[in-house]
Amino acid sequence: MTAHKSDLDTAVSILLTPGELDLDALDVGLGYAMGAGIDYADLYFQRTWQEGWVLEDGEVKEASYNIDGGVGVRSLAGEKTGFAYSNQISADALVDTGRTAAGIVRSGKQLTGQAVRVIAAPPFYAGLDPLAGLTAEEKVAMLKEADRVARTADPSISQVSASLSGTYEVVLVRASDGTLAADIRPLVRFNVSVIAVKNGRRERGSAGGGGRYSMSRLRDEHVAEWYAKEAVRQALVNLEAIDAPAGQMPVVLGAGWPGILLHEAVGHGLEGDFNRKGSSAFAGRMGQRVAAKGVTVVDDATLLDCRGSLSVDDEGTPGQNTLLIEDGILTGYMQDKLNARLMNMTPTGNARRESFAHLPMPRMTNTVMLAGQDEPADIIKSVKRGIYAASFGGGQVDITSGKFVFSASEAYLIEDGCITAPVKGATLIGNGPEAMGRVSMIGHDMEMDTGIGVCGKEGQGVPVGVGQPTLKLDELTVGGTQSS
Amino acid sequence: MAQAFDATSQQSLLTARAEEALALAKQLGADAAEVGASVDQGVGISVRLGEVETVELSRDQGIAITVYVGQRKGSASSTDASSASIKASVEKALAIARYTGEDPAAGLADAELMATHLPDLKVHYPWSLTTDEAIELALTCEQAGRDVAGIHQSEGASLSSGEGVRVYANSHGFLGTQKGSSHSLSCMLIAQDDNGMQRDYDYTSARDPKMLRDPASVGREAAARTLRRLGAKRPPTGTFPVLFDPTLASGLIGHLMGALAGGALYRQASFLCDRLGTPLFPDWFSLEERPMEVGATASSPFDSEGVQTRNNRFIDQGKIASYMLSSYSARRLGMQTTGNAGGARNIRLVAPHKSRDRLLKEMGRGVWVTELMGQGVNGVTGDYSRGAAGFWVEHGEVQYPIEEFTIAGNLTAMFSGVVGIGDDVDTRGSIHTGSWLMDAMTVAGS
Repeated sequence: MTAHKSDLDTAVSILLTPGELDLDALDVGLGYAMGAGIDYADLYFQRTWQEGWVLEDGEVKEASYNIDGGVGVRSLAGEKTGFAYSNQISADALVDTGRTAAGIVRSGKQLTGQAVRVIAAPPFYAGLDPLAGLTAEEKVAMLKEADRVARTADPSISQVSASLSGTYEVVLVRASDGTLAADIRPLVRFNVSVIAVKNGRRERGSAGGGGRYSMSRLRDEHVAEWYAKEAVRQALVNLEAIDAPAGQMPVVLGAGWPGILLHEAVGHGLEGDFNRKGSSAFAGRMGQRVAAKGVTVVDDATLLDCRGSLSVDDEGTPGQNTLLIEDGILTGYMQDKLNARLMNMTPTGNARRESFAHLPMPRMTNTVMLAGQDEPADIIKSVKRGIYAASFGGGQVDITSGKFVFSASEAYLIEDGCITAPVKGATLIGNGPEAMGRVSMIGHDMEMDTGIGVCGKEGQGVPVGVGQPTLKLDELTVGGTQSS
Repeated sequence: MAQAFDATSQQSLLTARAEEALALAKQLGADAAEVGASVDQGVGISVRLGEVETVELSRDQGIAITVYVGQRKGSASSTDASSASIKASVEKALAIARYTGEDPAAGLADAELMATHLPDLKVHYPWSLTTDEAIELALTCEQAGRDVAGIHQSEGASLSSGEGVRVYANSHGFLGTQKGSSHSLSCMLIAQDDNGMQRDYDYTSARDPKMLRDPASVGREAAARTLRRLGAKRPPTGTFPVLFDPTLASGLIGHLMGALAGGALYRQASFLCDRLGTPLFPDWFSLEERPMEVGATASSPFDSEGVQTRNNRFIDQGKIASYMLSSYSARRLGMQTTGNAGGARNIRLVAPHKSRDRLLKEMGRGVWVTELMGQGVNGVTGDYSRGAAGFWVEHGEVQYPIEEFTIAGNLTAMFSGVVGIGDDVDTRGSIHTGSWLMDAMTVAGS
């Protein structure tokens, strides 16, 4: 793959050359991290350039720029992990961090490293610097455009804030199993948030999105205008919202971002580490029914330019499309190398880390429920009294008990098969395997979210995507304030 | 620990870097500038099922520079504190300031507000602990929990110990430094019955390792908290009084402080806009900030823009007595800073306290919430709806564990409906409070 060869060249020149290192020097560095009793060691080099522009009161008042980088060295022996990192990328730092990581876990017999194997994976996004896609003037102009559109959209809009952010990330992984991989990961996001005030009520609306591409694409796709209008629309809906009902009822989830249901209800529970440790409600259930017939869920790192996509993961394993649940039957876990080895399974390209200063873990990329056959309108029509949730804030799961929550930010009552009044945001709560068993209708309108998700696990945040079609759950608990 | 950390020499190093950055900013054309720099070093150990799982050595550093050119602002930061990197950051911040708009409220805090009283608040207690000793403490903690009958699985025990130095300096000539430490030990365990698995945890944390609880007691408490959740049912849907555990009550204070924060107020993104001086809580309830408390979690004599911190009373006899402001948000609101750039430091309640049993008796029939899930709090409207787990209470007595339900209300009504505060004060974080009893919230369960 010529594309990837050039990623590797770029990574070497950005990460190694300034510290007077080359690929051969990594073998030496890896030698310090290996040694008696160590099964596996890896070096993870990273450099990120981050930029953020914020508009308030019609002016760009804040802009910031951050440069971060370094090397993380990990040594594994059985279930033990030794980890150290350094802000410096130099021969001395490799010796120090390698010795430290290895010293933590070293014992027993000597293993030898394997021959270098360059990981040539097809890229799922272009290896470019997304910050360079627009000039500073163009960035400012985009933010002002969002402000103008939002303010002229409705007289009740009293505050508009907009932000444009981007990260240019270059990583290189060299591991004792021979892996040599590089990845260049652009990531951009545009966001608009508005406050609407009317008749003494004040509500917020927000919208945003992005992906792994250049900032110039945000401009070319006119996202400033689109998200400004969408934020205003949401705020106006919320101004009319009545109290949400409380109790168990049928819930219809809209397509796209409501796929956060999958992320919380099943995604985390299918990460390899929790299943190896037996702490997941899904542990030991491989091959069993964990969702209704018709439910097929994948974790797909290969979607082009999506926020959660990965050409190679943070251990150098190529990104893949992993089947997790097929027609309701549990078929796969998401794995990194450590947990795959200990569970005698294969890594699935799901090893991710927030940065060189964090340990990798099995994490989701883009978690998606495949389309079914139902007409979305028929799904709404089938509900006598319930909730249609079009958009969500965040969610959370207790993987051990399986209880999960997610908070609706735009929702409506369904009465006699029709969408009626908007209701205030409410938290929905359920039990993962139970809730997935209650999926009774699946739309044909599968949609990805717009690219806004951040997943937190053990204090580490990574960008993720979700997607799903319109979906009906026969019963879920809605946490409104109106108990009838 | 394995890496040596000389806080005093780090302090002089960071001071020199900060001064270098300020001088450079001035030389390259900034009218004013400010610099924050920090170095933190620590170790994190985790054990599981009696074996070491991870040993992580961490060392993080960073330097953040903000420049002002007239009323325009630019910021840049880096984890590399070399001279070359400082120069690049200053240049980048200045370049950005060419594109940001004029902001009449932008700028450093006023020079006369800079802290001059800078006592040592005793928040730095290095722990000379070897990796082996740290592992031993974590193993003792986990084992004590696993020894409790009924615990069948473990998520492990973790010990973390760290210390660091931070420096803040600005072109008024203010320079403040602080050394600090933080140590903690936690344990999470799993139990199982016919209904499935439950997990819970306990932790201890302190600036001074001598103030940490006995490791075995943390493990045993984690076990007790896990076991008491087994056999959970769902509560009925309806309106009931709710008792919030201390850790969750401190979250409610967090929502309050978020709504009193200047940034939310000038953006009109707070349900407490235009509420200064009006009643929010019962008249027996006051809430203070004590930033100069010796040895406390968040103590500091200066805030994150160098302003002298002071005791603030945010709620006085139930009324909103003060907002929480930085210089910038104060200028936007036409007010004075309250020394809260960077947030509130050491929040304390001033209210009569009752025992938890007494609060349960007063509640009679309702839910005692010990865990909350999700982010269902709307700071603009105060609407509150979150997932919960806890215990069902009848006749003032705990009946059985409950889970998979939500509690919902509005923060304004919840705050005015506080009917009692517990004496079971949690002192682990920067907010100290006991349990809170609320008169009525909507519970959605079965």
